Amino acid sequence: MANEVVDHGRRRFLTATTAVVGGVGVVAAVVPFIKSWEPSARAKAAGAPVTVDISAIEAGQKVTFAWRSLPVFVVNRTKDQLAQLPGLEPRLLDPKSTDPDQQPKYAQNEVRSLKPEWLVVIGLCTHLGCVPDFVPDIKPEPFDANWKGGFYCPCHKSRYDLAGRVFSGVPAPKNLPVPPYHFVDDTHIQIGVDPQEAG
Amino acid sequence: MAKAMARLGNWFTERAPGLMPMYRAHMTEYYAPKNFNLWYYFGSLAILVLVNQIVTGIFLTMNYKTSALEAFNSVEYIMRDVEWGWLIRYMHSTGASLFFVVVFLHMFRGIMYGSFKRPRELVWILGMLIFLVLMAEAFMGYVLPWGNMSFWGAKVIISLFGTIPYIGHALVEWIMGDFLPADATLNRFFALHVIALPLVLLLLVVLHIAALHEVGSNNPDGNDVKHGPKGNRWDANKPADGIPFHPYYTVKDLVGVGFFLMIAAFIIFFAPTFGGWFLEHDNFTPANNLVTPSHIKPSWYFTPFYAILRMIPSYFGTAIWGVLGMFGAILLLALLPWLDRGEVRSVRYRGLGFRIALGVLVVSFLALGMVGAGVTAELIPEWFPSADVTTWENAFGRLMVLGYFGFFIFLWVYTHFGFEKTKPVPERVTTHD
Amino acid sequence: MTKRYFSSIALAFGLLVGSVSALANEGGAELPTAGTNVSDKASLQRGAKLFFNYCVGCHSLKYVRYSRMASDLGLSEDEVMNNLNFTGAKFGEPVISHMPAESAKSWFGKDPPDLSLEARAKGVDWIYNYLNSFYLDPTRPVGWNNTVFPNASMPNPLWELQGIQVAVHSEATPGHDASIEKLELSQPGRMTPEQFRGATRDLTTFLEYAAEPAALERQSIGVWVLLFLAGFTFLAYLLKHEYWKDVH
Repeated sequence: MANEVVDHGRRRFLTATTAVVGGVGVVAAVVPFIKSWEPSARAKAAGAPVTVDISAIEAGQKVTFAWRSLPVFVVNRTKDQLAQLPGLEPRLLDPKSTDPDQQPKYAQNEVRSLKPEWLVVIGLCTHLGCVPDFVPDIKPEPFDANWKGGFYCPCHKSRYDLAGRVFSGVPAPKNLPVPPYHFVDDTHIQIGVDPQEAG
Repeated sequence: MAKAMARLGNWFTERAPGLMPMYRAHMTEYYAPKNFNLWYYFGSLAILVLVNQIVTGIFLTMNYKTSALEAFNSVEYIMRDVEWGWLIRYMHSTGASLFFVVVFLHMFRGIMYGSFKRPRELVWILGMLIFLVLMAEAFMGYVLPWGNMSFWGAKVIISLFGTIPYIGHALVEWIMGDFLPADATLNRFFALHVIALPLVLLLLVVLHIAALHEVGSNNPDGNDVKHGPKGNRWDANKPADGIPFHPYYTVKDLVGVGFFLMIAAFIIFFAPTFGGWFLEHDNFTPANNLVTPSHIKPSWYFTPFYAILRMIPSYFGTAIWGVLGMFGAILLLALLPWLDRGEVRSVRYRGLGFRIALGVLVVSFLALGMVGAGVTAELIPEWFPSADVTTWENAFGRLMVLGYFGFFIFLWVYTHFGFEKTKPVPERVTTHD
Repeated sequence: MTKRYFSSIALAFGLLVGSVSALANEGGAELPTAGTNVSDKASLQRGAKLFFNYCVGCHSLKYVRYSRMASDLGLSEDEVMNNLNFTGAKFGEPVISHMPAESAKSWFGKDPPDLSLEARAKGVDWIYNYLNSFYLDPTRPVGWNNTVFPNASMPNPLWELQGIQVAVHSEATPGHDASIEKLELSQPGRMTPEQFRGATRDLTTFLEYAAEPAALERQSIGVWVLLFLAGFTFLAYLLKHEYWKDVH
């Protein structure tokens, strides 16, 4: 029978070391499983930048394109519609587009776009992700007697102006996000690539 | 921090029903014989592989498509497009083969040291049930990638049921849900492979361990440690040759796990197909019901049983004898506790006849594996260029079938009629670390 | 006692290794080995160039994406899109041949197979030897035959490079038909035989990569995993040794 004294210090040290090294191993083994949930090469290929033709979009009209399976609204805003934007500022939550996550730097301006007439936003309500309706006419609406044109979400009545800026007092907390995009030429934009990346 | 953890642990154990008693009964106060050797690693390793198969399997189902049209593509999708998918797939495919390596060695240990004998018959029977379910699980998993070997393997194995008189033909169609292995077959095999059989497997594993802990572990000396002399350094009323499973065997098994993981990692990262044994060349071709692969054979772990099937010829116009022989080979294993009438468990103290017979069993099992895998069909023309391959292979294979079944017949005669000259079994265990 | 166990395990392992090497010989032991090295980037790039100039007209690599291939082979997007991608596919899309299935059927009697997994299904040695074993055979519909894959439906796609081989038959002896003894170059191609073997080796290397892109990374990761496990096992051994001082 064991008469020698058990070296508890060494035992504790070895137990702790083995546990830590084994724990590191387990964590390292878990990483590939977590990473396997990331978008696959197929998803990434399907989410590649898309180039769309905007020549057929008439003034005041909206067309929806798909980018990474998301609806991207492209609106050809009229002079009249653009003229309404400054006057709406007191009624908006973030009129100066201060949230850097909601648009690239080059769209952080009064019209939230590269070229004033062309609005490019991801058409998903920032509240719970419904697709807002495009209500462009400047006339009283049931949901807003003083409507100046914009987007209205049928799910929970959030409202945005024609620059995708959210009104105060609605459930949606943020402006509609502007995706990275640039003009390939006057009639084509590429969604998914910033102007400087495109060179 | 440590104190908070301890308090949380106490809070939990005070409320969790039966957790601490269970932990004590199966870990810290389960006294295992202290002389376990190398052969005793394979039980815990089998549990490790089972966990690996379940975890990697769950992640594979996240990208696998259960459809004859998409299955093959989805496996390549996992191998190429899913981040780290190749690693998860190789862990699963390598794990499947290593599961059988570990289980075969575990079973051989049981035969060598007489672990199947009284009072552990139930442990052995539950183990054999695990083996059967594992074979079904492996077979159905092998079909899922829907490569050409998957397809033809499924066709051949399902056709075995066609040899049953009267109902065979209808049974085959019922199993496939079609007239060939098809989408319906793939879907039902998927359901069985990912949920039904794993549940049965888990239940059987729990029962296997519970039954073992009820009667206590056998050991390489085969003596009765549980009812032998009492008194060890932990407890005066517990077996003198017993040591608490935790921490002594948990730390020891950890060393085994380390070595085992090194072997597994070597295969996964450097030889995932293992020269065509773990992932076959012909299974990298999509299933094709018009072209049979030139070398059709089952996965290596089925080849000994497959060889028995092939070596037994048809008589009276039916091929059922080979099928009966194949299933008989497994049934005889299950009946070992009643075929072997000897009182002495361990090979260390058994007669010369048993040692020779055990050697014959191992040699014929491995040789049958080579016959089933087609290795002999290649080696015969290489070694004996003038020989007729089929004649020689049949002669060799049938000799090995005799060797396999001979073991069981010999063992019964040898022990039933008292031919065995055993050595005295010591009261205490003789070897340990 | 312990020694005996180890020797029996060594024996079992020996049998296993023996049978593995026996199977590796499968499919004709006489074939010369391809001698490919899938981590040789230059060879992969040359092989890719050959594939996209001579093979992709008929054969797809439907599991290989241009984008993945570019990063694995060390090529830029422009290099791949301008020099290798002739089908107008997008960068993220897989390599699909533009050959219409109906015309393939009428020209060769069958669809040209997808080659993504050819190296795993047939083996690299088979591909290398197949590419080197075409010979002129007027009895075949396409005018070519192959000693590695008799009556193949593909004509030699690389004949301009290799030149034209013809079969030299041995004389028929009683009981044995005349058989092909060797292949001889009857008309030299743009490459010397030595250069052509190098080119087919490159092409085989590329197909080996296409069959398992993960092969590039798994070995380098494996080294670290094994080193880590060795360290862990050593620690576990020390721990076990420490605890088992109690057991006598």
